[in-house]
Amino acid sequence: MAGAAASPTPPTAIARPPRERISSWPLADRMFYGLAWLSGIGLCVIALWIVVFMLIKGIAYLRPALLWTRPAAGSIHQTQAGGILDPVEGTLLVTAVGTVIAAPLGIGVAVWLVEYGRPRALARAVDSGIEMLAGVPSIVLALFGLLFFSQGVLTFVSQPAASGALGQSFLACGAVMSLIALPLIFASTREGLEQVPPRLREASFALGKTRATTSRYVLLPAIKPSIAAGTVLGMGRIIGDTAIVTLLLGGAAQLTEPVGHAPVWSVLRGTGSTLTSYIYYNSPSGEGNAHEKAYAASFVLLLMVLGLNAIVTRLTRDSLDGPRGAGSRIRSMVGRFTPVRDMSGTAGRF
Amino acid sequence: MSGGARQLIRGRSGAASDKRAELLLGALGVIVLVLIAGMVVTVVIKAWPSFSHNGLGWFGTGAEVDSELRAMREAAPLPGHGILYFTSWPLIWGTIITTVAAVALALIVSIFASIFLTEFAPARVRRTLDPVIRLLAGVPSVIYGLIGILAIAPWVNEHLLSNSRKKSVIYVVQLNGNNLTTGTLILTVMILPIMVAITANALESVPASWREGSAALGVNRWRTIRRVSLRAVWPAVAAGTVLATARALGEAVMLAMVTGGSAFQANPLDGFTFFFEPVRPLAAQIFLESEGLTIGPLSHTIYAMGALLLVSAAMLSLVGWTVKQQLAKQGVRA
Repeated sequence: MAGAAASPTPPTAIARPPRERISSWPLADRMFYGLAWLSGIGLCVIALWIVVFMLIKGIAYLRPALLWTRPAAGSIHQTQAGGILDPVEGTLLVTAVGTVIAAPLGIGVAVWLVEYGRPRALARAVDSGIEMLAGVPSIVLALFGLLFFSQGVLTFVSQPAASGALGQSFLACGAVMSLIALPLIFASTREGLEQVPPRLREASFALGKTRATTSRYVLLPAIKPSIAAGTVLGMGRIIGDTAIVTLLLGGAAQLTEPVGHAPVWSVLRGTGSTLTSYIYYNSPSGEGNAHEKAYAASFVLLLMVLGLNAIVTRLTRDSLDGPRGAGSRIRSMVGRFTPVRDMSGTAGRF
Repeated sequence: MSGGARQLIRGRSGAASDKRAELLLGALGVIVLVLIAGMVVTVVIKAWPSFSHNGLGWFGTGAEVDSELRAMREAAPLPGHGILYFTSWPLIWGTIITTVAAVALALIVSIFASIFLTEFAPARVRRTLDPVIRLLAGVPSVIYGLIGILAIAPWVNEHLLSNSRKKSVIYVVQLNGNNLTTGTLILTVMILPIMVAITANALESVPASWREGSAALGVNRWRTIRRVSLRAVWPAVAAGTVLATARALGEAVMLAMVTGGSAFQANPLDGFTFFFEPVRPLAAQIFLESEGLTIGPLSHTIYAMGALLLVSAAMLSLVGWTVKQQLAKQGVRA
């Protein structure tokens, strides 16, 4: 691995009292100290290697024309296989559908849980249900989604098939994608609501506002950065998922013919590809096996992820509770398991 | 919400629009709950024929997984067995070794890395590491898979695998760069950020006074971290481990790309060769068989694998819940 190449750099910039020197520590302690540096630097080296590697490969193979050329079906030669216009469109479509479903659902459920939460048994069940949902592998969600959208009743979401519905479409894919974004949006909204200072609610109640009005006009605006951060994280999760796309959107490189005549709905009922499924299709494991295309598409995908990351960084920096330490800013990323700062009930370092 | 506020609310729960909002939002919660319950039920129902046909043998070993699946795909049952005959142990074993190895590795590295992050890293390094960790967590698994199959696997094949090792098992299994080691190492990198984020966050929340107390007794910094900080944050470390395990368990795409071309049951008794044998975890197998979902018997088998993963995920979430109770006992909100 790349990490092995890094050697521990001697610490120089640490301010510490003069009496304690690393050199005075027992040998074992000094070794562990070195290991700590090694792991930290190793992480940096790995991340740097990934970015630089993808950057080099991406710039080497990405031609601007790729971005507005449609993939050519059935071509064996890499240079003639067309561009990545359809996968990029597919990624945007799926992300849009997924976010549009997941955001209201996640925010709504979080508000209900924190502000109302009655009956308590139901609230607890919903809470642990969403927590379980966060741990369910996306491939299993995809299996469920396929089963769900293959029901004949739901033909209007995809298209008719031999028995029941095909079950594959942008709508179906986006709907299942919303399930992987939901826990993230829910968790960050909930955490935001729980951290709102009590005085905000009390002031609103004192003015005679109901809980619904308070939530809508006081609390939600106050925690907008948290909600936005959760939503962006959810979008990142959707953009990066391959398993759900493969099962619920089909592997076709091009957007298929629109199904039906309704203007937007007909495209959404069709199948297609996203950047992730396109990369898989063009990797040595897939049928296309055109690694130049795969690198180019990965580069575009990585740029999208980096962009979303930058947005989250901005949002969390501007959030209500202000800048905190390195770990806590990435806290929203991992959701609800994370303990909150104050461990003993007394004020901590922050 | 403070107690006073709660009373205030109770006092004025009469407003009809408020009631409506509560019902509406509650209905959303119920919908989510019904969806989740429906998922468990439908997946298990769809999987049932496979389980009931094979009984406990489903979890055991028998013919090769690949040939069993091929038999279903071609509707040509293996001699002496029904069409639904399936033995999944090689896949379960593949899931267990990749997950356990990756989580164990990541646990060790993450503890050191988060100690570095919170205690030793100069402010500048720390500011860089924050986005770096988020980036590592955000890289899609298919990109990890692509890097693995195009860059790391060839390297492993060339530098770590000798020809004599390949020849020694040529009649049993074909060795190349796509193997257990490659898959596990990449999986480790994928789950590391989650664990580092949680552990580092917990370490930061250890009250300074605890560490100062230890320092005042003349304990050096490393010992203080080990004996005071790490002990205080173990439930957080455990919670991070649970989350990372769930991620590793469900990783399909990357592992399908880099752990080799056959559902081989890697054998630790093979000595060092074990590390270079191909494996196939459950999630990866589901992903690779996704084309076969229209074939009746095959789809029952695939849903059976899915059901097993679903149950494992539910169990993990239960473990997570237990850990959280532990956290609550220590007075930590989680």
